[in-house]
Amino acid sequence: MRLLSIDRLSVSLRGRDVFRDISFSIGAGELVGLIGPNGSGKTTLMRAALGLIPFDGHSSLAALPENARARHAAWMPQAREIAWPVTVESVVRLGRLPHLTAMQSLGRQDHDRVDDALAQMKLTGMRHRAATRLSGGEQARVLIARALVQDTPLLLADEPVAGLDPAHQIATMDIFAEQAAAGKSLLVSLHDLGLAARHCTRLILLGEGRLVADGPPRDVLTPQRLAQIFGISAWYQQTEQGPVYQPLEVIR
Amino acid sequence: MSRLSLLLGLATAGLFVASLLTGPADIGIRESLSALFVGPADPLALVMREIRLPRALLALIIGASLGLAGAAMQGYLRNPLAEPGLVGVSGTAALGAVLAIHTGLSATFALGLPVAALIGALLGVLLVMALAGPRGTSLTLILAGIAVSALAAALMSLVLNLSPNPFAANEIVFWMMGSLADRSMLHVWLALPFTVVGWFLLGTLGRGLDALTLGEDAARAMGIRLSRLRLQLVVGTACVIGAGTAVAGAIGFVGLVVPHILRPLVGAHPSRLLWASALGGAIMLLTADIAVRIILPARDLKLGVLTALVGAPLFLHLILKLRKERI
Repeated sequence: MRLLSIDRLSVSLRGRDVFRDISFSIGAGELVGLIGPNGSGKTTLMRAALGLIPFDGHSSLAALPENARARHAAWMPQAREIAWPVTVESVVRLGRLPHLTAMQSLGRQDHDRVDDALAQMKLTGMRHRAATRLSGGEQARVLIARALVQDTPLLLADEPVAGLDPAHQIATMDIFAEQAAAGKSLLVSLHDLGLAARHCTRLILLGEGRLVADGPPRDVLTPQRLAQIFGISAWYQQTEQGPVYQPLEVIR
Repeated sequence: MSRLSLLLGLATAGLFVASLLTGPADIGIRESLSALFVGPADPLALVMREIRLPRALLALIIGASLGLAGAAMQGYLRNPLAEPGLVGVSGTAALGAVLAIHTGLSATFALGLPVAALIGALLGVLLVMALAGPRGTSLTLILAGIAVSALAAALMSLVLNLSPNPFAANEIVFWMMGSLADRSMLHVWLALPFTVVGWFLLGTLGRGLDALTLGEDAARAMGIRLSRLRLQLVVGTACVIGAGTAVAGAIGFVGLVVPHILRPLVGAHPSRLLWASALGGAIMLLTADIAVRIILPARDLKLGVLTALVGAPLFLHLILKLRKERI
């Protein structure tokens, strides 16, 4: 079953092509890492796929009407915006909005779902605190919980683990992997290639205005691609503790 | 939460009755209230039904409108310093009214001024929407609102500049201060339909404003149609503010201060703030309108002057409090 299919997607902003003719599709149970250097169009690709910006080509997600799309895909933007000092719990509850009809309020089931997500992201202890007074990393976890609560087959997240401490980075990637194992799919942009190599089932590499590679981490992260796209060398090994990937130095 | 709305509701009802009982004619409580509903059309009934009732009703309606529109505007822009005047409609409504005074239209028939102000509000909202475009962000809306406000202010200055005699200029200046004195039930019936439509449009924004807490992108991905929400906000604000300015002139600070005071009491939820602010606005305007009649009964102290006098220091206090919290 395909949860997202992108066909010959192109975006140009102010007359400049960000990328051209990107095609891929995501099936059930995949944790897809979207990688690429700064400015390669990772955020733009996800926003276009969601239909938030104009594009050429086809995205199955953008073709859905707003309500159906909100029940099919959750989106966690890179900007961690929480405008008002509402409680952590209230922020997470917002994720249930797409499941409610016009006058309906949250039911038993919705509250249970919120409790689960708070526990998953280890936020239960701070559920009554104002979300704006938390640290940046804590806010990121609140927003991840918010996206999980939306309970969609597909989750798109723009650098969800940036700014998290190592324990929470790994824990978050583990939660994403659990979701994927349960049959959901995730498209997650990442800068930490080590996390991407270890946790993702598949990587999509963007660069030079196109899709450079798409496949399992070990096939995507080849030395010549790293040199060509990122301009770095790296050490990559399949160890007893799983794949280990360590960028070494800049080579240009 | 429900305790807060009960409290606000009771205060509003109490102040409404107090407003009915305030005035230069010295009438007992029971007499005046019964004259409102039953009895012959004697002078007492006339005072209650044609002078005090419209005044209290307008304070209630316009206060609620200002509070509601302020809360909606702050929720949409995610900025506690936003106020309903930002969309420029109060400026163009005032321009319409000023033109009616200048041309003598207001003197030739009773509703000349409010109708001219309503036309001004309508033209203003069309201009703002045309400038802001159908798909623009909140920033383009602010800029369009500022541009229209500035244009309206410039044209008002021009009208004042060219006013045929000092009396006309005087009348314009006094009208712009905002007041509820000497309004009739005709004014209520003129303002009410627009206001009710506006209340409905603004009152149903709650869910969208809640989602906007997480930013425009996140809200859209949660299924909120932002272009529709913005249209609803601008048209709703234009309805309530246009109608309010048309019958009472420009009354500032209520839409800015009331949501700000009530926000902590509703857990900062933009949706809950809407109706709390509506009641809070009614409370503030009813109180101010009672105060202008008690403080200087003989001098016709203007309502807008009092709300600004009270509102500005209150606002300064809130800013200082906020500054302390940030440090």
